[in-house]
Amino acid sequence: MSKGNTPSTQTRRPDRAALVIAVFLAGLAGLIFWDTSRLAKITSYSGIGPATIPFVIASVLLLLAAWTVFEALRGDFPARERQEFGPVIWIIGGLAAQMLTLKPLGFSIATGLLFAATAAGFGKRKLWFTIPIGIVLCLGVWLVFAGLLQLSLPAGPLEHLFW
Amino acid sequence: MTTFDFLMQGMLVAAQPMNLFYALIGVTLGTAVGVLPGIGPALTVALLLPVTYRLDPGGSLIMFAGIYYGGMYGGSTTSILLNTPGESASIVTALEGNKMARKGRGGPALATAAIGSFVAGLIATLGLAFIAPFVVKLALVFGPREYFALMVLAFVTVSSAFGDSTLRGLTSLFIGFALAIIGIDQLTGQARMSFGIPDLLDGIEVTTLAVAMFAIGESLYIAAQGDQGPDKVEAVKGSVWMTGQDWARSWKAWLRGTAIGFPIGAMPAGGAEIGTFLSYAAEKRLSKHPEEFGHGAIEGVAGPEAANNASAAGTLVPLLTLGLPTTATAAIMLAGFQQYGLQPGPLLFATNPQLVWGLIASLLIANFMLLVLNLPLVGLWVKLLTIPKPWLYAGILLFATLGTIGANPSVFELGMLLAFGVLGYAMRIFGYPIAPVVVGLILGPLAEQQLRRALAISQGDVTVLFTSPVAAVLLVIAAAALIVPLILRARGRGQVLSQLAANED
Repeated sequence: MSKGNTPSTQTRRPDRAALVIAVFLAGLAGLIFWDTSRLAKITSYSGIGPATIPFVIASVLLLLAAWTVFEALRGDFPARERQEFGPVIWIIGGLAAQMLTLKPLGFSIATGLLFAATAAGFGKRKLWFTIPIGIVLCLGVWLVFAGLLQLSLPAGPLEHLFW
Repeated sequence: MTTFDFLMQGMLVAAQPMNLFYALIGVTLGTAVGVLPGIGPALTVALLLPVTYRLDPGGSLIMFAGIYYGGMYGGSTTSILLNTPGESASIVTALEGNKMARKGRGGPALATAAIGSFVAGLIATLGLAFIAPFVVKLALVFGPREYFALMVLAFVTVSSAFGDSTLRGLTSLFIGFALAIIGIDQLTGQARMSFGIPDLLDGIEVTTLAVAMFAIGESLYIAAQGDQGPDKVEAVKGSVWMTGQDWARSWKAWLRGTAIGFPIGAMPAGGAEIGTFLSYAAEKRLSKHPEEFGHGAIEGVAGPEAANNASAAGTLVPLLTLGLPTTATAAIMLAGFQQYGLQPGPLLFATNPQLVWGLIASLLIANFMLLVLNLPLVGLWVKLLTIPKPWLYAGILLFATLGTIGANPSVFELGMLLAFGVLGYAMRIFGYPIAPVVVGLILGPLAEQQLRRALAISQGDVTVLFTSPVAAVLLVIAAAALIVPLILRARGRGQVLSQLAANED
């Protein structure tokens, strides 16, 4: 959407974050070259094998990385809105907690933690209140989706009480 | 048999109670996600893919299409009452619609949006039914090289023709391509970019990527904006019925919006947004009350709303007849077809006419359902807007991860979800569009396949790509769509294009 394309006029310093993006793109290209180079020997009579298209993609990514450096040096990247990282860390933490507790504790507890962490990220910090709500809600969801719709959602100690 | 006979047969399929039920679920869910800011039809279809895995293909696809249509209807409600577009195709509606609501004319604004959407949806769906057989006949003469050229054109229009930067659009597209290489090569069986990890041999799931980028990336971005106080929802005051004058000013705008939106949706030209902007501009120019524009002109709601629904129907033309998705939602619907082993395209019309025509006919029925859902029941949807953000986004992430866990309950899959979510968030911060990544991931492998087939036929001669007139013309248009915006932006005329940015749906 329209974020405005006007770099502030007095600061035409190189855009460090954009340079990091360029390094990321070049790294991605390097990774593709490195992985698919072992496939380069395989060619069919069409002249292009499994490595051809990845090579093209990696080459274009290198070009895009160079273009990004060029725009970064000219300060052509749009101004960014200020980000508050506290909420972001809450949500990422919630996703990580869900990922790690899913197998041992089951769907309801793991996802209940995510639910509470997300609510905390958006300002509801009363975890003693949001975690139980999240777990009960997720248990309800589990009963509907795993019970009725037969989706394979991991069960833990809590789910085994019901099923 | 004529198109009319096929459509009648489709009606019989669509009128089966189970299919009516699926359509009703689809349009209800679609309206709900359209109303809620932050989630769109693309995400909802992605979430439902794993859930519907065991259901009947016809029914699920009817539900997905219902979600798409419903999303287009519901978005207008949010735009008008909250001044925050519920989905990207409703940005223009917010311009005039919210002004009308502030003047206490929210009722007529909602009515003209809903009836306009209905008129446009009806005409455009009939358009789809009558045009599809012709495109199918045309598509039968398409060989691999023509398909490849068509896909190149779609890549260019989705990624770089609109939006505010060619560089960032192309970067998004190629990130999608890079992710698409992961997994086993379909022609030689070689593992590419899998680094010995068995989870990667099957490639990246489209649903995982779409859910991560749209749900998690979006939630992170909204959360990072901090607390900006509660949004102000305009109450619907007065009658929802339109006066005689409202009708007189609306009906032409509906028809013009349909005429603009449908062809734009049908061409591989990106999202529904473009049609809405063109329709708004046309209405502003043709209106007898130009002074009202910017202060709540009803034509400015009627036209763009009709255009966005018409282009949603238009998008289904290339999707069903060519298997070519031109929006993120269509790309995920394509994944829905593939989940059942169906490949949309000319063959599907021959091998599975029941399914295709049932789907098209059910869209006609869905339109009637949506009119009922959105006019008398609009008060119910407005209630959705009052859900506090913490609960809303906590719920969105609950269901987002539910879909992924349901498809593949592994720690690795959730790790990818988290990683792509952070990637999507970073891309949002720096103004990279998300849709090209999704389209690149799903269409990239198909394009590679067509290219390699074309070159296998020609025994490696690359010039064959340009010697077919159809392919050559398509590639020339693609090149123009890449270069012309580049020049426009370099000469400082990029504003118009950045407003046409296809961001999500």
